[in-house]
Amino acid sequence: MPEKLKEYLSEKLASKLQQCIFERGEITLVTLPENLTNVLYFLRDDSACQFQQLMDVCGVDWPARDKRFDVVYHLLSLTRNQRIRVKTEAGEMESVPTATGIYKSAGWWEREVWDMYGISFSGHQDMRRILTDYGFEGFPMRKDFPLTGYYEVRYDSESKKVVYESVNLAQAYRTFDFESPWEGTQILVPTDEKGAG
Amino acid sequence: MVIKPPHDSGQNALYGGLENRSPDELLKTVHDEISHKGFMLTQVDKVVGWAQSGSLWPLTFGLACCAVEMMHTAASRYDLDRFGVVFRPSPRQADLIIVAGTLTNKMAPALRTLYDQMADPKWVISMGSCANGGGYYHYSYSVIRGCDRIIPVDIYVPGCPPTAEALLYGILRLQDKIKRTRVYHR
Repeated sequence: MPEKLKEYLSEKLASKLQQCIFERGEITLVTLPENLTNVLYFLRDDSACQFQQLMDVCGVDWPARDKRFDVVYHLLSLTRNQRIRVKTEAGEMESVPTATGIYKSAGWWEREVWDMYGISFSGHQDMRRILTDYGFEGFPMRKDFPLTGYYEVRYDSESKKVVYESVNLAQAYRTFDFESPWEGTQILVPTDEKGAG
Repeated sequence: MVIKPPHDSGQNALYGGLENRSPDELLKTVHDEISHKGFMLTQVDKVVGWAQSGSLWPLTFGLACCAVEMMHTAASRYDLDRFGVVFRPSPRQADLIIVAGTLTNKMAPALRTLYDQMADPKWVISMGSCANGGGYYHYSYSVIRGCDRIIPVDIYVPGCPPTAEALLYGILRLQDKIKRTRVYHR
């Protein structure tokens, strides 16, 4: 069934797809941002597809790549018992067309992607941050964002307020790099597949 | 001198005409009562400690998975009601706050506000690694490295998450702490 669907999609959407991958029983469509809306409309409305539900929208950061981000959509068809993945690339200064017109649930997903990666979605009605602190700066899921961030919070008993200060780690960060010649053990457990490689 | 009851209704059965007697007569009556029925000596701090530790009303403040363990502690097997511990939905009615879970930067002002809204005397139990010192999220950009950076903590319960027994033990130790307290202003 997934193989058939893959053949069907690569035929029907040939002009709009960069790639159509079938691997480990999962279908992945790769498309350009300008074709994304059409692809999603087709996947939702075509009678052989009927992907009525948008399960997730997420971002991926590839700092070394020319176009830095991936935006990944996961769709589910309850009638066909089938899932599908749609990927598109976006540069740092580019925006991706919103999917809110096709799937209502895309609103909050896209806000999350904006919050975490800073990928903006054109046409989104309410492009605000959704998870991070009020007044938060930066995009925490980007690879160049430091794990501990820039600010930490404490209660100041003089001003009777919760105040922000720059991060001061009392305990140094531990890397847990077991293969490092300085920190790790020299003996690798024979059954440890990760260690052997 | 005549001692009057709060509502003076003259001769009534409740006061047995006490109000018309002289102080000497009154004292004699009281003395007779005491020598007849016996009496008990105690200290105010003991009574107050007993009362406060026996009716700890925590604020329902679950932040993460620790909250599930907190629910287990309150449920039938461990049954916090036995210790007079009843969860309250409002900080105005609570004298204990159990910080059960990961405290994030965004939540910090809310926690402080809730703590400030609680009436004195009040106590704090920090439950689980995250509330104690950030735990698993110690190096995170969005998590506070210990809820004692926001509010003063009385009891730290370790664990990730602590078992229901551990939280119960923490509450019992808090009761001991309250019973030891002899100063009533903070």
